[in-house]
Amino acid sequence: MELVKCNNLCKEFDNKQVLNNINLSLPKGKIIGLLGKNGMGKTTLIKLMNDLLTPTSGEVLINGEKPSVNSKKIISYLPERTYLDKGMRVSQILTLFEDFYENFNKEKAIKLLNDLDLDINSRVSKMSKGMQEKLQLILVMSRDAELYILDEPLGGVDPATRDYILDTILSNFSEGASVIISTHLISDIERILDEVIFIDKGNIILTSSADELRAKENSSIDEIFRRCFKC
Amino acid sequence: MAYIFDNERPIYIQLVEIIRIQIVSGKFQKGQKIPSVRELALTMKVNPNTMQKALAELENEKLIYTERTNGKYVTEDESLVEKVKKELAKEKVNNYLNSMNDIGISYDEAIKYLQELGGKNGIS
Repeated sequence: MELVKCNNLCKEFDNKQVLNNINLSLPKGKIIGLLGKNGMGKTTLIKLMNDLLTPTSGEVLINGEKPSVNSKKIISYLPERTYLDKGMRVSQILTLFEDFYENFNKEKAIKLLNDLDLDINSRVSKMSKGMQEKLQLILVMSRDAELYILDEPLGGVDPATRDYILDTILSNFSEGASVIISTHLISDIERILDEVIFIDKGNIILTSSADELRAKENSSIDEIFRRCFKC
Repeated sequence: MAYIFDNERPIYIQLVEIIRIQIVSGKFQKGQKIPSVRELALTMKVNPNTMQKALAELENEKLIYTERTNGKYVTEDESLVEKVKKELAKEKVNNYLNSMNDIGISYDEAIKYLQELGGKNGIS
């Protein structure tokens, strides 16, 4: 069974069609890039998978079921904007995650935070923006989930931090799990992708294996994307 | 070790090339057990599925083989490794001659350059 399946999925906001009849199936064990310019429907699609929005018509299925408490247990989601309480200390957030998620691996999170030389007694508000993004990613990747959904994990961080984030994703997703990464920063991320999905104006316009697409077009995914969406 | 990949070519093909060189150069020795897919993927910082595909290709080329339950090993077939090494060497020589030709240096001159500038301890 597919991990994620969208059947004729549509979403409108105030009569504006944001997602237009999306049909998609995402397998287990893959790293999938959801690639599109800003405002093309990436985050809306992700929010539908996470049960934060309801479809106008059509459906999303996670492991064959509509999104619910059950799907939230197996999906580890990194939203575009941080939701951490800035006044909290890292240690308090770890306890919160431990209470909240059965599959949160606190030891793993502490180990990853130690690798960063991050003091778990420090407050989020005292950390740099890059450090906050790393913390958030560590929390999300420390769950033994079946599906990781990362919405723009590279936004606003420097290239060295990007490499750190990619390596953390690669070395920490559970075996057999899938990862969906939405981004418009394609060249930074394409080396780790199995599959790519191009989304434009609410439509899926291409899905392919990353290496097959490179071989077919003799170019990088970034280049192909730019050609596709030339303004 | 971190490798820089060329995003314009399939990553798995680049992995095949890297590991093939490690085998012919003896970094992976004949008959040696190679690390698991996941370990290799981690050290080379690539997606495990991509590594899996690269190893499948090397297995097609018979440079590695799978021992059922036990993992993957480098071939013990010396003549095969030699053959692959020769093919790689041929490719490098051709690249050299072609790039010398590009700057207007003939075949005979290119050989001379190789001896003079490369010298005995020519690896610089």
